[in-house]
Amino acid sequence: MDFLNALVSLSNFMLIPALAYGSQLALGALGITLVYSILRFAHFAHGDTMALGTAAVIGGTFALQSAGVNIAPLPTALLAVPFGVVAMVLYLLAADRLVYRYYRRVRAKPMIFVMASLGVMFVTNGITRLFMGVGETRFEDGERFVFSVREFRDFTGLAEGLALRNAQFITIVTALIVMVALFWFLNRTRAGKSMRAYSDNEDLALLSGINPERVVTITWVITAILLVLAGTLYGLDKGFRAFNYFQLLLPMFAAAILGGLGNPLGAIVGAYVVAFAEMGVTFAWRRVVSYMLPDGIEPSGMVQLLPVDYKFAVTFAILVIVLLFRPTGIFKGKVL
Amino acid sequence: MSARGPLLFALMGLALACVGLFQSWQLAITILNMSLISAIMALGVNMQWGYAGLFNVGVMGFTAVGGLAVVLVAQPPVPEAWAAGGAGALLGLLLGVATILAAIVVYQRLPKGRMRGLAVFAVLAVGYFITSAVFGPATQAIEAVNPASEGYLGGLGLPVVLAWPVGALFAAGVAWMVGKVSLGLRSDYLAIATLGISEIVIAVLKFEGWMSRGVNNVTGIDRPVARPVDLQTAPWVQSLADSLGWDVQQTASVVSGLGYAGLFALVLGALIWLSERAWNSPWGRMMRAIRDNEVSARAMGKDVKQRHLAIFVLGSAVCGLAGAMMVSMDGQLTPGSYEPLRFTFLIWVMVIVGGSGNNWGAVLGGFVIWFLWVQVEPAGRWFMELVTSGMADGSDLKDHLLASASYMRLLTMGVALLLMLRFAPRGLIPER
Repeated sequence: MDFLNALVSLSNFMLIPALAYGSQLALGALGITLVYSILRFAHFAHGDTMALGTAAVIGGTFALQSAGVNIAPLPTALLAVPFGVVAMVLYLLAADRLVYRYYRRVRAKPMIFVMASLGVMFVTNGITRLFMGVGETRFEDGERFVFSVREFRDFTGLAEGLALRNAQFITIVTALIVMVALFWFLNRTRAGKSMRAYSDNEDLALLSGINPERVVTITWVITAILLVLAGTLYGLDKGFRAFNYFQLLLPMFAAAILGGLGNPLGAIVGAYVVAFAEMGVTFAWRRVVSYMLPDGIEPSGMVQLLPVDYKFAVTFAILVIVLLFRPTGIFKGKVL
Repeated sequence: MSARGPLLFALMGLALACVGLFQSWQLAITILNMSLISAIMALGVNMQWGYAGLFNVGVMGFTAVGGLAVVLVAQPPVPEAWAAGGAGALLGLLLGVATILAAIVVYQRLPKGRMRGLAVFAVLAVGYFITSAVFGPATQAIEAVNPASEGYLGGLGLPVVLAWPVGALFAAGVAWMVGKVSLGLRSDYLAIATLGISEIVIAVLKFEGWMSRGVNNVTGIDRPVARPVDLQTAPWVQSLADSLGWDVQQTASVVSGLGYAGLFALVLGALIWLSERAWNSPWGRMMRAIRDNEVSARAMGKDVKQRHLAIFVLGSAVCGLAGAMMVSMDGQLTPGSYEPLRFTFLIWVMVIVGGSGNNWGAVLGGFVIWFLWVQVEPAGRWFMELVTSGMADGSDLKDHLLASASYMRLLTMGVALLLMLRFAPRGLIPER
């Protein structure tokens, strides 16, 4: 029983939240890795574009809510996602046409692209704050739990409870569907194959008649879908605050680099490693440990390796270790 | 420098004078002082980007570390806190460093294989538990000492100006660690690593209360220039106020601000002189050669990674110096106020707009962009009022738009950066 209780407590406070967080990071890191492998620069505007996309979804959600539309028990925001995706596709394509395309044409150094994406980030950040301000907005509606702590306890008769929040459940399921769809697209469709070819060898792809502008456009469209979904799921799970999305940049980059920049499978694995490491190191293991120890022995403190405030330090430590020992990432990067 | 540079600087001076005449001299002096500090930060970033093409996205972290130095050097020590846990905290820090060093030694001495990994892990785990057993209680004891006004170890109580070079040293130390790890790899890795370290520096400042009082802020730090309140009673200030026809309070704050401006200008002047000398020396030529063609520079026998590390540390040290100066001007360290948009990306806009690779350009960029940053906010509000003038009073949209006028400047800065990068990538005063 004690072992089960420990497992349930661990799942409730760490495994499920980490799985959901990891899925959100994975969708974000996939976008970063795609942009990196096709356009060949680190997309610093990613976090803020995610925030803007989520803002668009929130706007759509509020409009739908006031029109009385809902899809309970699911959150209305899911219905507004297509609106956010369209908005972000237009936004990213506009950014590409107005900003990045010129540098592509003059074959600027990668650093110039990064700088330009910094400018785009600034602008995006300003627009998001113009709409949403800096405070927190919650837009989760519909059913809150798939099953709650009490239901779980009554059902199993264990002392520890386990809750699965709707947002977490939706996140994990959506992420799974999106990942499968993405790999199907990259491996089975003509457009996906042309993307992989372009990423693998630009000149050879050009020679075989692949239109680079088309590849770039498709990349931005996919990136927009990924980042709106990632942002919306993150917002449903934890509430929307523009600055939090900016701060997601570090874990997303860490995930992409850990997996090998430009490698989609790596980005997913990296994202889960980062999420579990962040949660595991900053998790208070006290309850789990006290179940596992023999009766009568209690751990004295919280059994927490680092305070929660240092979760970025964990991400950073992972990044440093990767850069020191295997700069190409777990899976060798730079192939799509 | 051609005639263009002095002309632009003269225009900048004129703009500041206009602020003095039409708004207030206090505001003009405040802008001037912050511009001088921004210019120093921009000089630091320009060393990294303009001389060497290194992309540092962690300026905020380096300025914050510099700010911490002011607290650690200039604040009076808190004897009760030292008695309560000073020894424990220091011992804990030493143990932490010893753990990492031991892990490195183990890693280097043992043969490659699974045993090595396990040994390193064991060293780290044991070290962690010993360190936290010493460190945790000590810091808690320190934070319990008079938490409303102290709750930290305090500093060394030395003169505050001494903290400026110390701030530069602190920033250099952090930069050395980051650079050691991420230089010599793909060029965007440095950007991401610096982004990470700056977040961590801020987290440490916010949550290590025993060192920096965290979000409770350290206020009332000793100032290098007499405070306006003290100046008000000085007879010469009073007579100056009479002859100018201003009230004493305003005169005192202008005089105090000018004192800072003099000090900052001295530092800025020295830095420009040094960087110009460096730029025109064989060392400067070597740096540009590395920047423009790394491969051929390496073929000529230059150790590119070491040179990059050196300039990265140097530029970060300048940022740290500026951070220390800023804290000693404000007289307080407020970890909550460090925002990457303000302290990292704004500095980048300064360098790009001013002219990367030109020290004078970076300085001018610091002045121009800080001026705009301060002045765009009223302009944004005016613009929003114009836009909303047709709307009904009290409508939600109008209130919302008026309330968010202050975010206009982020937008403006982003657009300025993009436009400069696209149409005048060499900046206001281009590299020679």
